Amino acid sequence: MAIFNLKINGNTQEVDVDPATPVLWVLRDHLQLSGTKYGCGIGQCGACTIHLDGVAMRSCSLPVSQVGDQAITTIEGLSDDGSHPLQKAWVTHDVPQCGYCQAGQIMSAAALLKNVPNPSDEEIEASMNGNICRCGTYLRIKAAIKTAANS
Amino acid sequence: MNLIKTTYNRRSFLKNSVLTGGGMMLGFSWLASCQTEATETAMTMPEEWFDINAYLKIGDNGVVTIYSPNPEFGQNVMTSMPMIVAEELDVDWKKVIVEQAPFNAKAYPRQFTGGSQGIRRSFDGLRMAGGAARHLLRQAASDMWQVPFEQVTTKEGVLYHKPSGKSIGYGEVASAAAKLEVPEEVQLKEVKDYKIIGSSRKNVKGKDIVTGKPIFGIDYQQEGMLIAMIAHPPAFGLKLKSVDDSAAKVMPGIKDVFTIKTYKDDFEKNLFDTNAFPEMVAIVGETTWQVMNAKKALNIEWEPIEDKTETLNIFGNKRPVHVPAGLENTTDHIAMMKEAAAKPAEELRKDGDPETAFQNAAKVIERTYSAPYLAHNCMEPMNFFAHVQGNKIKLAGPTQAPEFMEATVAARMDVPIENIEIELTRMGGGFGRRAYGHHMTEAALISQKVGAPVKLMYTREDDMTFGIYRPTYTITYRAGLDENNNLIAFHVKGGGVPEHPVFANRFPAGAVDNYLAEGWKIDSNITIGAFRAPRSNFTAGAEQSFLDEVAELAGKDPFDFRLELLEKAKTQTVGRNNDYNPDRYKEVLKLLREKSNWDQSPEGVHRGVSAYFCHNSYAAHVLDIRIDNGKPVVDKVCCVVDCGIVINPDAAANMAEGAIIDGIGNAFFGSMTFKDGQPQKKNFDTYRMIRMSEAPKNIEVHFVQNEKSPTGLGEPPFPPIFGAIANALYKATGKRPYDQPFLSEGEMLG
Repeated sequence: MAIFNLKINGNTQEVDVDPATPVLWVLRDHLQLSGTKYGCGIGQCGACTIHLDGVAMRSCSLPVSQVGDQAITTIEGLSDDGSHPLQKAWVTHDVPQCGYCQAGQIMSAAALLKNVPNPSDEEIEASMNGNICRCGTYLRIKAAIKTAANS
Repeated sequence: MNLIKTTYNRRSFLKNSVLTGGGMMLGFSWLASCQTEATETAMTMPEEWFDINAYLKIGDNGVVTIYSPNPEFGQNVMTSMPMIVAEELDVDWKKVIVEQAPFNAKAYPRQFTGGSQGIRRSFDGLRMAGGAARHLLRQAASDMWQVPFEQVTTKEGVLYHKPSGKSIGYGEVASAAAKLEVPEEVQLKEVKDYKIIGSSRKNVKGKDIVTGKPIFGIDYQQEGMLIAMIAHPPAFGLKLKSVDDSAAKVMPGIKDVFTIKTYKDDFEKNLFDTNAFPEMVAIVGETTWQVMNAKKALNIEWEPIEDKTETLNIFGNKRPVHVPAGLENTTDHIAMMKEAAAKPAEELRKDGDPETAFQNAAKVIERTYSAPYLAHNCMEPMNFFAHVQGNKIKLAGPTQAPEFMEATVAARMDVPIENIEIELTRMGGGFGRRAYGHHMTEAALISQKVGAPVKLMYTREDDMTFGIYRPTYTITYRAGLDENNNLIAFHVKGGGVPEHPVFANRFPAGAVDNYLAEGWKIDSNITIGAFRAPRSNFTAGAEQSFLDEVAELAGKDPFDFRLELLEKAKTQTVGRNNDYNPDRYKEVLKLLREKSNWDQSPEGVHRGVSAYFCHNSYAAHVLDIRIDNGKPVVDKVCCVVDCGIVINPDAAANMAEGAIIDGIGNAFFGSMTFKDGQPQKKNFDTYRMIRMSEAPKNIEVHFVQNEKSPTGLGEPPFPPIFGAIANALYKATGKRPYDQPFLSEGEMLG
């Protein structure tokens, strides 16, 4: 066990955990931030996507010991009240079906828009292909990203 | 006048104090208001609530809470069911709060998610709940104003007496209404007067989803809760022999390691008690990561199962099921199915004299289709919360079938059913898998053993290898045409491991004078179960591919060919018990032909059509493929559905879009294979799922506009997409695909 001071959603949080613990489980089990979801544990589905200094990362495969000073942003920290343009666009397009993957989808999309404010279809596909939606809401996700990009 | 008797489970309309305790609900109910637009203003909460019936309560300020009875797994019943109640209550949707009802078989008649029956089977009950409440409110106003009941009208949460000009809000008479007797019958709206039903409303949980609120079973928390995982046999055909847990037990955070047995020896399984691994090791600890690591440190010995015959109790009908011993292989399944297909099979339906008709046919065509096992792969792996305290059990989590599982848990835990409380959380997908709830009993046993609240979590690998899979199937079709290219003989013979996929009374049965349907099956110890549109999900694709090929042989357009057969099914019906309505089938095809612009295909586009009836609804697709750098690209899908009245059109379109994308993914990539009983794919690195770049570029969904009672939507658009792909691929490549998945390992869509 070791103590880590993590910068999460603008606050510093102390956790005492095994250094190998993936950030996903630190968030879910130790900090009650359960918006970040477990899907596969091997970085293949994107449900656990967070931002590390603004870059999309798969938190299931990121040991807490590697975070250091980098700032973690989770879906709970993307906005205070669901007012991020992507969150609003997701509601406007009524994207979710079951909704389980959507936090990860939004986090991947938010990182994309940070780098590419007006992505083409191909850029959206390339950057969202790591996020599985088992319900098949891909077209609405794409439309919502475009709406957010234009807002 | 549209009168409806309130005899449909009258208890549902009586007050039920259990339902109003806020403590039973997951939190965040205030956020589940129907004002999901970003511009929403805060809703003022009432100071007092009045229970009207099990489906709704009204606050003193006119805010209404509607309880959505059925488990939600993405089909959006949590929005559409309350919309039906709100319609008949005649209330402003902006003043509605939706909450998930807990499981309560006494108050709600069918809290089951599956078979695309949610809206169909609850439509009357939901309308009645709203209509009965509106009746009581009118009665209360009529009593208060001393005016005739008939003169009291309503509009969006306000009661009016037009002759005197009086008006009053629902909230102000709710107290009086709650004390009145439930009427014997109530007046319901005419379809033409609907304001909420048929107009798109946003998902009531949309904002919770996009802000990451803890609404799923896997998010469930309780003070003092421990995390549990299981270790199950790595292969079908194996069982637990012994476990060495000495290393695991001393690992950090680990509370206990022990074995559990999910059923008593004399337990008679019901339809949803499918479970290949009733004995397993449970690992309990403080955190998920600790338990995951301890699980890896277990040293477990497995041994072969014995050949056995179980008794399955399917809604009172007892049926023996043979479970053979042995470690099965996909290669063996394929060989055994080929052998079985050549042997005589059970006759399911026969019309006319098929044998003679085939002998006399000018042309005969025979084709065989196959498909592999499929894993459900819900994005939220199986999990459940349990807290056993003495003879009381609290369960919370994602389940499609709480009623069936409650009985199973009660039998294993030796408690009366009344002592079990089940809280329904949102499900991260279901697709049929969550109708099977062995993990609920497992969670209860683990909680009992450790004497603490426990959340049982499956890893993705557990989820994929402890499957209740879509079975593997094969089917052979044979058709005979006369010299004028009329279809005079049709033969379908299908089988699978361990069930056959043949629907003997479906199209083209009823349209062919000489018809034979046969089925066969091979026993297996690999567990199978419902998977989005069971059996139809294979049969539709095979049948619709075959009909395309028969149409080609007959020199007919595939639309014309199907429409001719449907006309015959209508005017010269063959046989009895045909389970489809030819007129509705034709209507769907005609609308699809028009909407897809079938008769003027764009340049460079290769199109396939497919139509199917299942789960009481009709769905048909035209799918367009382009070849891009030598690879197929699904460009567009045009979809038409007849599911009667559509409650929430945009959400319904979403469901159809999802079914189409799910179908394309499974048709091209979906496959689970077995070697020595072991599932060969354990996670998403090897089990290929459709991703965004592989989805069609465009999907158009059209609904047939009619006033027929609503039917299912979650399943019907899924099966026919397999046929549309096969038929479009043929046009694009000149080769017809017969065996799913259509792309081999490593092959890409464009």
